[in-house]
Amino acid sequence: MGSLRTVVPWTLVALVGAAALGRLALLRGETISAAWLLVAAICTWLVAYRFYARFIAAKVFALDANRATPALRLADGHDYVPTNKWVVFGHHFAAIAGPGPLVGPTLAAQFGWLPGALWIVIGVVLGGAVQDFVILCASVRRDGRSLGQMAKDEIGPVAGLTALVAVVGIMVVLLSVLALVVVNALRDSPWGTVTIGLTIPIAMLMGLWLKFLRPDRVVEASVLGLVLLAGALWAGQWVSEHPTWAPVFTLTGPTLALLVMGYGFMASALPVWLLLAPRDYLSAFVKIGVVVALVVGIAWVLPPMQMPPLTRFTDGTGPAFSGKVFPFVFITIACGAISGFHSLIASGTTPKLLARETDAPLVGYGAMLTESLVAVMALVAACVLTPGVYFAINAPVAALGPTATTAAEAIRGWGFTLAPGEIEALAAAVGETSLLSRTGGAPSLAVGMAYLFDRALGGGAMALWYHFAIMFEALFILTTIDAGTRVGRFLLQDLGGQLWPRFRDRDWAPATWLASALFVAMWGHFLYQGVTDPLGGVNSLWPLFGMANQLLAAVALCVGTTVIVRMGRARYAWVTLVPLAWLLVVVFTAGWQKLFSPDPRVGFLSHARRMEELLAAGTLPPGVTSLEALPRMAFNDRLDAVVAAFFLCAVLVILADSLRTWLGVVRGARPLGSTEVPAQPVAAFVAGD
Amino acid sequence: MNRLRALARILRTILGAPDYDRYLRHMAARHPGCRVLSRDEFVASRLDARYARPGSRCC
Repeated sequence: MGSLRTVVPWTLVALVGAAALGRLALLRGETISAAWLLVAAICTWLVAYRFYARFIAAKVFALDANRATPALRLADGHDYVPTNKWVVFGHHFAAIAGPGPLVGPTLAAQFGWLPGALWIVIGVVLGGAVQDFVILCASVRRDGRSLGQMAKDEIGPVAGLTALVAVVGIMVVLLSVLALVVVNALRDSPWGTVTIGLTIPIAMLMGLWLKFLRPDRVVEASVLGLVLLAGALWAGQWVSEHPTWAPVFTLTGPTLALLVMGYGFMASALPVWLLLAPRDYLSAFVKIGVVVALVVGIAWVLPPMQMPPLTRFTDGTGPAFSGKVFPFVFITIACGAISGFHSLIASGTTPKLLARETDAPLVGYGAMLTESLVAVMALVAACVLTPGVYFAINAPVAALGPTATTAAEAIRGWGFTLAPGEIEALAAAVGETSLLSRTGGAPSLAVGMAYLFDRALGGGAMALWYHFAIMFEALFILTTIDAGTRVGRFLLQDLGGQLWPRFRDRDWAPATWLASALFVAMWGHFLYQGVTDPLGGVNSLWPLFGMANQLLAAVALCVGTTVIVRMGRARYAWVTLVPLAWLLVVVFTAGWQKLFSPDPRVGFLSHARRMEELLAAGTLPPGVTSLEALPRMAFNDRLDAVVAAFFLCAVLVILADSLRTWLGVVRGARPLGSTEVPAQPVAAFVAGD
Repeated sequence: MNRLRALARILRTILGAPDYDRYLRHMAARHPGCRVLSRDEFVASRLDARYARPGSRCC
């Protein structure tokens, strides 16, 4: 009879979910409440967590509460520490949640809300959460080894080295596109610029506080930081209304790009306690707070979705980025559905904290479902805007023209309406001079969030909420930029150290500065190219980032499959092979199109040729002001093409190496030889510190 | 006050911040008599290790 207690509620969850999905599917031309989407998504996640995650835990890995985890066996009081599962869940979620799941769905909303919603919900259940969970389990069984080490041990040294070099490339693209999002959000916005700028001295103050005044009082220092952050928001407003100071902090894209590069260099070269670590704490608190607020806000307001389920831009002519719904929705939304970067975290600190093997489904699978919830929220926040407003913010100057009148005309041409004065009134309400062509996703998400918070709390504080949302996104992103630049610097120092050993010395100032400057120059080049690109930069860089992230996921799934096969469980290898196959289809289709599509809006190479033809003919494309820009644009197109080709080749190498291993094992030519640490019972170790 | 302190410990673990007291307890319990790092040395070594990994930050 005990089983009845499980069967009845789970049948109900499944039925409610199916009913909500049915309601979404039968929609005909009317707006629908976001509640239906949320219910359908949450029911799907619950069922997947209860049944699919448990299936993987029991059948594939045979997780055993009585098998000692690395946290128990290797307890050292700092890295390996057995920790309560909800605390590990919080830690893992805080580590995986970044700006990716906020920006991707916002951009993908140009196809309408349906493609993005389906991919987020189905993709996470069968792909993203599976990847995170499988890599976590594999790492827990191997003393918490990293993805790179596992690629080397499980597949081979070639795959290991390729994965390492691919990670450097992915970081360069990631940092440049995220920096571009920040720059586009702060361009011509004194309020945003001042608020974000002030977060740097605030973090330094926290760092000094923690180092000299109250060592180790991390939470106390963070509370202090949060209070100062509220002050920064207020100071930004004061400056933006000040006749003398407002123009001083009204900065252009290129200036902001240089400032962000300077910040990355500083954060990488300065000691971590001063800037990086305190900023990280601050950002984690803000992140968790805002995610909770967004969930509560949407659940409270249950806004109608103004965006249609599908727009005409599924045909590939979309203004936010070009390319058809297949494969580009699967590239644009990486984080939230499946994110390769998570595999680095699931094989980083998290496996060293897990107290019991059976905590892994909650941490690995569950935290990723939560990230998926964030992605759905971002999608909803973008779709509560009317399509007219959404495209006015997200389409580049080249598509909209310079003024509100030309924008309204272009938007009418796409079959949507933007009422006269609507976008100016909205800009005034959020305290900005203009919202036109604020590409990158952050401003439109901030407008959506401001609308939701304003509806939930009343009080007409749209401007404050908008800048709060911008601050939150920028804080997030700058924390990725500073930590990422530092990691990149170390990777370069390690690579350079092969030629000149002294370069590897992390305390030798010339090496530190040189490697930091070099890495900043690498992502800075792409950033600057994006900032000065009349097509908005996001158009070329975001797909590149999405491909890179999905390819890293493909690498992780190759490692996961190899682990499963070498455990002697090849019959369950479909668990990772199905998402792997889908990713390969998507990424190679997208990669091929980005390289070779004859449509210059999509293909890098054909766009480069088009620019050269225009140069030869002496004509300027829309949005470009001088002929000198054309050769530079053509060069950057070819560079983007080389980067895309490099990512594709790297994955082919790893895939070929993996296939060799799988076939060897299946044919019996290769011994199973699992690299798992042999099982030891929990009872052999003292629990606790 | 004790509740607050417990909450602060949980938050600190979620953040992944160095926890010197926990390290001291571990050393006292498992490696009595061994040299322990000073607070500054411990915090510096933890932070340096944390921000040297590619997985230290996500997108």
